[in-house]
Amino acid sequence: MDETEIRRLAVGHVLSILAVVFSLFVPPLLLDEFSILGTHLTWLCFCSVCVIAVNILLLVTFKPNPSTKRSSLSSKVNKLYRSCLYFFASCLLFHGIIVLYGAPLVESVGETFLFAVLLSSFTTSRSLCFLGPNFHAWVRVFSKDGAMSVWDHSLQITTICTVVGAWLGAFPIPLDWDRPWQVWPISCSLGASFGYIASLLLAPFWIYWNRKRLTYKRR
Amino acid sequence: MKRAPVLLFLAWLSIQFYSGIWLFMSGFLLMRIELSNQSLCSQPPHPELLSSLQQNAASCWFPQRFNKAVIVIIDALKYDFAKYDPANTNPKPYENKLEVIHQLIQSQPRHARLYPFRADPPTTTMQRIKGVTTGSLPTFVDVGSNFASYAIQEDNLIHQMVQNGKRVVFMGDDTWDGLFPKKFYKSYFFPSFNVKDLHTVDDGIMQHLYPTVDGGDWDIVIAHFLGVDHCGHKHGPDHPETAKKLTQMNDMISSLIEHLEDKTLLVVAGDHGMTDTGDHGGDSEKEVTAALFLYSKAPLFSKQLLEEPEAIPQVNLVPSLSLLLDVPIPYSNLGAVISDLFWWSEDENDISSLLTKTRAYQINAQQVSRYLSSYSQAAGDLPADKLRLLDDLFSSTMAEYKQLMSEWDRHALTETEMKDRLTHLVQKMQLYLNQARHVCMESWARFHPVCMIFGSFILLMSCILCYVVSEAGSTMNVSYKHLLGYPVFISLLLTVLLSLGTWMSFLNMDLVSLCAVFTIISQFSFLYIFRSKRYAQKRWWCRPTSLLFSGPLMVLFFRCCALFSDSFVVAEGKAAPYFLIFLLSLTVAKLHWDGKLTLPTFTPLGSESLKPSLTPAYKKDGSRLLMLLAALGLCIRLSSFFHNCREETPDCQPSPFLIPLFSVLDPELNNFSYICCVLCLGVIIYLIRKWLQHYGNLNSSSPLVLYVRWGFPLIALGISCFWAFSSGTEDSFAKLRELTHLALVACPRAIYVFAGMGLLLIFWKPLTVYLKKSQDSSVDNTVTTFGGAPGSQAELQHVIPQIYRKMQRTLKSRLQHGEEAGKKGAALEAYGLGSVYSATMVITLSLLTLVLIMLHSERMTPAFLLLLLEALVILQIHGHVSNLYWAPDDSNLFCVPWYAVIAWALAATQNFYSTGHQPVFPAIHWNSAFVGFQDGHTTNIIPALLVAANTFCSNILFSAGSCLLLLWPFLCESPTGRRKKGKKETREEETEDEDMPLMEMRLRENPDSFSVALLQLGTKYLFIQGVQLLSCVCAAMILRRHLMVWKVFAPKFLFEALGFTISSIFVVCGIALVLRVDCVVSDWFRSLLVHKNR
Ligand SMILES: [Zn+2]
Ligand SMILES: [Zn+2]
Repeated sequence: MDETEIRRLAVGHVLSILAVVFSLFVPPLLLDEFSILGTHLTWLCFCSVCVIAVNILLLVTFKPNPSTKRSSLSSKVNKLYRSCLYFFASCLLFHGIIVLYGAPLVESVGETFLFAVLLSSFTTSRSLCFLGPNFHAWVRVFSKDGAMSVWDHSLQITTICTVVGAWLGAFPIPLDWDRPWQVWPISCSLGASFGYIASLLLAPFWIYWNRKRLTYKRR
Repeated sequence: MKRAPVLLFLAWLSIQFYSGIWLFMSGFLLMRIELSNQSLCSQPPHPELLSSLQQNAASCWFPQRFNKAVIVIIDALKYDFAKYDPANTNPKPYENKLEVIHQLIQSQPRHARLYPFRADPPTTTMQRIKGVTTGSLPTFVDVGSNFASYAIQEDNLIHQMVQNGKRVVFMGDDTWDGLFPKKFYKSYFFPSFNVKDLHTVDDGIMQHLYPTVDGGDWDIVIAHFLGVDHCGHKHGPDHPETAKKLTQMNDMISSLIEHLEDKTLLVVAGDHGMTDTGDHGGDSEKEVTAALFLYSKAPLFSKQLLEEPEAIPQVNLVPSLSLLLDVPIPYSNLGAVISDLFWWSEDENDISSLLTKTRAYQINAQQVSRYLSSYSQAAGDLPADKLRLLDDLFSSTMAEYKQLMSEWDRHALTETEMKDRLTHLVQKMQLYLNQARHVCMESWARFHPVCMIFGSFILLMSCILCYVVSEAGSTMNVSYKHLLGYPVFISLLLTVLLSLGTWMSFLNMDLVSLCAVFTIISQFSFLYIFRSKRYAQKRWWCRPTSLLFSGPLMVLFFRCCALFSDSFVVAEGKAAPYFLIFLLSLTVAKLHWDGKLTLPTFTPLGSESLKPSLTPAYKKDGSRLLMLLAALGLCIRLSSFFHNCREETPDCQPSPFLIPLFSVLDPELNNFSYICCVLCLGVIIYLIRKWLQHYGNLNSSSPLVLYVRWGFPLIALGISCFWAFSSGTEDSFAKLRELTHLALVACPRAIYVFAGMGLLLIFWKPLTVYLKKSQDSSVDNTVTTFGGAPGSQAELQHVIPQIYRKMQRTLKSRLQHGEEAGKKGAALEAYGLGSVYSATMVITLSLLTLVLIMLHSERMTPAFLLLLLEALVILQIHGHVSNLYWAPDDSNLFCVPWYAVIAWALAATQNFYSTGHQPVFPAIHWNSAFVGFQDGHTTNIIPALLVAANTFCSNILFSAGSCLLLLWPFLCESPTGRRKKGKKETREEETEDEDMPLMEMRLRENPDSFSVALLQLGTKYLFIQGVQLLSCVCAAMILRRHLMVWKVFAPKFLFEALGFTISSIFVVCGIALVLRVDCVVSDWFRSLLVHKNR
């Protein structure tokens, strides 16, 4: 197990966490009357954009899954195009899943869709940056023995924690406490964000702890 | 293991649960103690005080003011119905209809007055009649006994009137007959239970009301009109029919007034209000605010009255009427006199009026104090410290009263001083009466903690037992004599001893505790034997299929925790599908995670050369499972359109589909909905036939198949006829109406009988196997096809001579016949043998579904279609997942995994809500009691059964169908999937044997594992249901002082307990049916063999 790789991973995770923190503290400088609860939709947009930007930054700086082949410009453009397509499709897919789980169908469509975008940027955009628009690779990574690098492991952990966080985030909605954060989709997006941040914090430690067990085949 | 022990074991486990429920209920749902004391004219509450005031020897406790009274009770007369707002230019159907009240108040303010009349919950008619005659507070427990009312044992107004020589004439609601048997001087009762009948009661009263009033042969007339209430139940308040009914009431009141004499009091009161859907029973503002209108031709009120009358508690009518009519106040009355009514005197003097009022209050307070002291002697449930405070207040008030009267007699006070002192005194007495009522109200929801704790302990033990049996079932097929026989025997012996002791009066035990003792002893002896005999030698709790430490456990845990929060109980209709869809997604995700969806060629640790294979190939099942999940989500989402609402969610709009078709006024919509419903019915029947055809169970000519082919469409036809008749308008020709009425009775009854015959037929001859004697001698064996029609040649090519040969071999060796006999015989093909068990289950379930559809409102039919589709999707997912995890001959396939059972139970809960139900009393579909019984009932059993079947339809269907969870994976064993593995070209006779699907015949081949599997499935389902029930019980017990306990937790517990009972019965029935099919299949094979060997 390469410990330098884990260290790089940790740095990458800190950057990702900073993206979420950034989306909390920078918008108030630019906008009046910004708060997570009050202008939740703005925050959702900001957070998604920040997270995606940091993921792209990670892709450029860390190159988690370096491709052996030299790729031409056209294939790069093609890849970019397909990534965008995948991202958009995943937003729609998340939207559909959320509605099937019981989100309102017609009213607050915007909220639901932005929540789907947030989930996509936490999960799909990371996958796109680490694995590329390669659906087969995704399927491989998300199975028991599919992870081939620390980055794959981190992807597994963050995705699962984000989704579970979002699922748990729906629990306070029916309670009669009348708090502002119980409004759809605030508690869910907060849950997803907490899950995401917690997994980012814990993943390096977990991987470090289990580094003896996790042996990857060099490619 | 034999078949009977399975059923006995399940029955024994269910009985343990029942006794736990019973014990808990006896501690949780308690009634207040009814005192048998009665007030007497000669025994005033406090004689020495009263004697000085009793100037008039003719009067009883208080000088009489009216000698006659007409009490008109208009059921469900809400305050909104009675008040009149001239400014309202666009009144709703129920507004501004009782104009006469408004006119009287305007023209004669001293004669007429309208009050909001606050009913105490529960707002059901019987409880209200009890409250308004005894002046007491009936408790929650009585709610259930609305079906049959029992005579009131307590002292009450009617009794007092009769005792004091008043002639009471009653007309209307026959509930009064049950409550006050043989009390009335004259009575005209009309049936009350048929809520669809708007006019019988009211027209009957109208016939008798005026002649009686004019006749003069009466002192009190009570008339109880039901039309408004029934109109609310049938159409809701916002309907033209309500307007008609209220206008009729208006006319009735105005002409009644013309018939009244001077010294007659008229009381018009509603017993309770109604919600916006026309229901009542709870304690929401709309249900408890009824109207009270008082009128007399002689001046009734003083001039100085407040503009806006304040709300009057319903019990306050009792002492007021008693004193006005000069009868003793009923002994257990807790009401206070209505102060407006006692501001009067002969000489219209302020002081003497005040004195009258003070006297009335003083008698009232003494009566309440007497009741409280005798009540606290009889029962210790009123808190002592509060009683002491009340006592202090009472004695200080009485002392003040005494002193004031003596000072007044000595002329030591000026008039204004006296006035102030008296006003102050009256306020003090009012305070006392109010506090007394509140103290009683608070403490009459009291509990027996010991019973509750032991009840929940029994439930907990039963759950543990279920769990042990379900997890260790496969290892304990050693001896049922030990495990079942001994515990029951030991506990029976002890119980008989105890009951003998009770009978000989050595001991003091009632039936409940005997039952509980029996249960606990049998449970502990079972556990002891289980441990000592070391049935659990295998470490069964570590198997992968175990519940502990698995994902489904988390979902179950969350689900049970959710039952402790009132918000989650209210939102359970949304939470259950949330858990359900998550559970199944989790299962599919786990399947993927375990790599079961990718083909085994992919090896992640493969060498460099294998790199192209890093792109894994998928089985088709992956995409199919995703499709199924999406379909499940869609079903659940669509079924949420059929949800009902409860009062805790004011924003919620009840589903429009809950309204029966005859209330839909728009004829186009009416016809359209009707056609859609009939179409849905057709689709259900089509799908069932299609399914049976697919598995080849529709080919035989057995009576059951004939029943499915012809009987099902016939039932559908009957149901659509019934709908057509019941949705028709009522204002048709008289002759036609009679015909319609006949059809409305005949259609459902015919369907009940026909469906009952069908169920008997299923139990008698459950086989749907078609046996075809083939002339083709080249196929020299018996063959089973998994499906298709008998004609298709292509199918016959792949038919495998499997089952029958095996059966032949085994049976033959048993019967000691030669090997060659089997080969000589003509070839036999058995169609539908592979799905013989599930075909019977499916037919049974569809038959039940058809009957249950009829019990619901017409437009709920799509909800049942969705229910069936959802069950099918869950079964398909379960079948696929099981087949992906285990090979068809794996013994694990006999063990239904926990996730499937939990998903099944969650689906049952979800569909309880999706069929328009809510676990609260006002949301019960009472109309279902009249399907086929338009004229009402003579007994209470049939309506109770019909309403229970309606309410727990999803419990019935899902628990009866729980066996399908075991059967379906075998059904999903597809021939194509298996053929892929084998070599297609080089298939020989030998490989054919292994390759072809045996389907449910695998169960048949392992009879022991089969019955153990059924037992395990049954106990698992009971365990899941039992854990839910246990959480409800614990929630009700722990939160019994919670604000929401009577609104949310107690009804939820009652519904859950009843649902559990029904579920357990139907689980046992379903398993019994499968075992019966197994029996018949064995006989069938045997007879086939005997036939062939001849
Ligand atoms: Zn009523
Ligand atoms: Zn009613």
